[in-house]
Amino acid sequence: MAISVKATLAPLAYVTSSGVLALTAAALEVGDVSVRFGGVVALDGVSLTVDRHEIVGIIGPNGAGKTTLFNAVCRLIAPAGGTISYAGRSLLREKASRLPHLGIARTLQGLGLWPTLTVLENVIAGSPQRTRLFADMLASPASDTRAQTTEGHAMSALGELGIADRARVYPGSLPHGVQKRVVIARALTAQPSLLLLDEPASGLSSAEVEELIVLLRELRTRMGIALVEHHVDMVMAVSDRVTVLNLGRVIASGTPAEIRANTDVSTAYLGQPVAHA
Amino acid sequence: MSALADDTDDESLGSALRRSTLLRHGVFFVALAAVLLVATYLVSPFHDYEIAGVAIYTIAAAGLTVLTGANGQISLGHGALMMIGAYTTSVLLQWRPGLPMIVTLLGAVVSTGLAGSIIGVAGARLRGPYLAGATLALAVALPQIPLHFAGVFGGNQGLNVASPTAPAALGADFPNERWLAWLCLAAALVTLFLLANLLSSSVGRRLRTVRDNEVAARLAGVDVARTQVLAFVISAVCAGLAGALFAYWVSITSPTGFTLTLSLQLLTAVVIGGLGSLTGAVWGSIILIYLPVLTGDLASNLSLSSDVANNVPLAIYGVVLVVAMLVFPRGLQGALVSLARQLARVIRMRGTVLPAVPSAPEQ
Repeated sequence: MAISVKATLAPLAYVTSSGVLALTAAALEVGDVSVRFGGVVALDGVSLTVDRHEIVGIIGPNGAGKTTLFNAVCRLIAPAGGTISYAGRSLLREKASRLPHLGIARTLQGLGLWPTLTVLENVIAGSPQRTRLFADMLASPASDTRAQTTEGHAMSALGELGIADRARVYPGSLPHGVQKRVVIARALTAQPSLLLLDEPASGLSSAEVEELIVLLRELRTRMGIALVEHHVDMVMAVSDRVTVLNLGRVIASGTPAEIRANTDVSTAYLGQPVAHA
Repeated sequence: MSALADDTDDESLGSALRRSTLLRHGVFFVALAAVLLVATYLVSPFHDYEIAGVAIYTIAAAGLTVLTGANGQISLGHGALMMIGAYTTSVLLQWRPGLPMIVTLLGAVVSTGLAGSIIGVAGARLRGPYLAGATLALAVALPQIPLHFAGVFGGNQGLNVASPTAPAALGADFPNERWLAWLCLAAALVTLFLLANLLSSSVGRRLRTVRDNEVAARLAGVDVARTQVLAFVISAVCAGLAGALFAYWVSITSPTGFTLTLSLQLLTAVVIGGLGSLTGAVWGSIILIYLPVLTGDLASNLSLSSDVANNVPLAIYGVVLVVAMLVFPRGLQGALVSLARQLARVIRMRGTVLPAVPSAPEQ
């Protein structure tokens, strides 16, 4: 179900617009978005694009508005102004729960796994499904077949992250690094075309971060990725473009090399270590 | 690999059971129905009447399990929803005394389904204690309505309901209580079958994602408000069905049958039994029916004054609730499951002791 939605709906917009240029058309476009919490300006005229097959890193000190930006894109909060569109379609009139149907998946900073569901159930529930109340209540064979299909997708997502053997346990019993993988598997099971990752590297060992970088490069062949992360070296290593936020504003945007060379960034946020890194 | 013919047959049966929810749950419930059918013959009509009561409470408690256990919404107003079902049945019978039971039950299901969707839409905006407060108001306010519209609802006196009589085909001396128990058990088994299917399906999983983490559920494509309304309607329909059967069971529908105590009893039954488990809802309902019976016997044996004796069941009920929560924080069902696991472990250990090598002590 979910696969066919993406496979037909999202890419169609590119193909019909202009054949070869399709791949360069921006998938996610955030234009001049502002968010206010009462009197506090959390985002002030932020613009950003994320294309397919590209990783965009979003960095900035605490309180810069990185997660707020994700929340605005995911419709968890309403922006005071600006435009947000995906594949040419405005997201501002969509509910948060519609986004997975449009091919957008997001992970949460604090894991956000469902503790009373097994790892497998967590991943299965990651892909949106239509409510078929009566078929499910009567346990129709079609209902079982659908369940087996979604379970198959979930198992392959777990397999891709190398944790298929943990499918039947509860996430709370797993080490932090493995739980982080479950979070990504859950986001991948619906086979999104845009993946928003909120601090995927937090709490990971350096070996695990290396594995994450390999995974993200592999995923880039299939989807666009926006990456909010405090681990600056990792962002610089994996991103095609980097946007730096500070106090709700974009203070720099460019390739990792350009960002490293930007003195505004190093004074506002990065400091000396990156300069000679 | 070197499979005997028998082995493969067993395997195909096993895998068919594993694959087909319908087959698995169907076999279980048909077997359970057969056991219960025999049981109703083995006991006296009086006990059949008690069994009918357990079945009725089970229906309401199972509905509440879906709402509170799986979806995490607390309702203190399920007694009021039972009341809507009971009055729908009673008013329909007042209007057409010969109406078949199936029609009055369906009427009750429809009316409580409607009421449940209205309360559910309002409730989807409320969380935790606020939802409890709103549903509590319902439980307190609704019993006042029959008093104000006494012409339709019979006021304080209530409405009489003729209890169903056993069909002649079952024989002249077939007790009506046993027939009532059959009807209530049939309704309870059908309800449990449908809810067990639902809870093990993708809808059931979605209910639990909303309970566990709403934001993550929304990001996974779950419409939280719609899911909560759905849970409320399902649960209300169960309460309505239970209420309709309750009207036949007690033969009279009056406001005093649906006080706040009933709502609280249902919720505590679900909690004592084991929140979120349908089997737990059955244990809770058994306690609801049999604890007053046991404590009533106790009180009369001690020849207490009637003032004290009348309140002993309530006091013991409270004590049981407190003790149960202290000793079995996951309810009776949770305690039974962990007991079974421990027994299984002991049996496995016995098996592995024989080889003398304590290798691989499966945790």
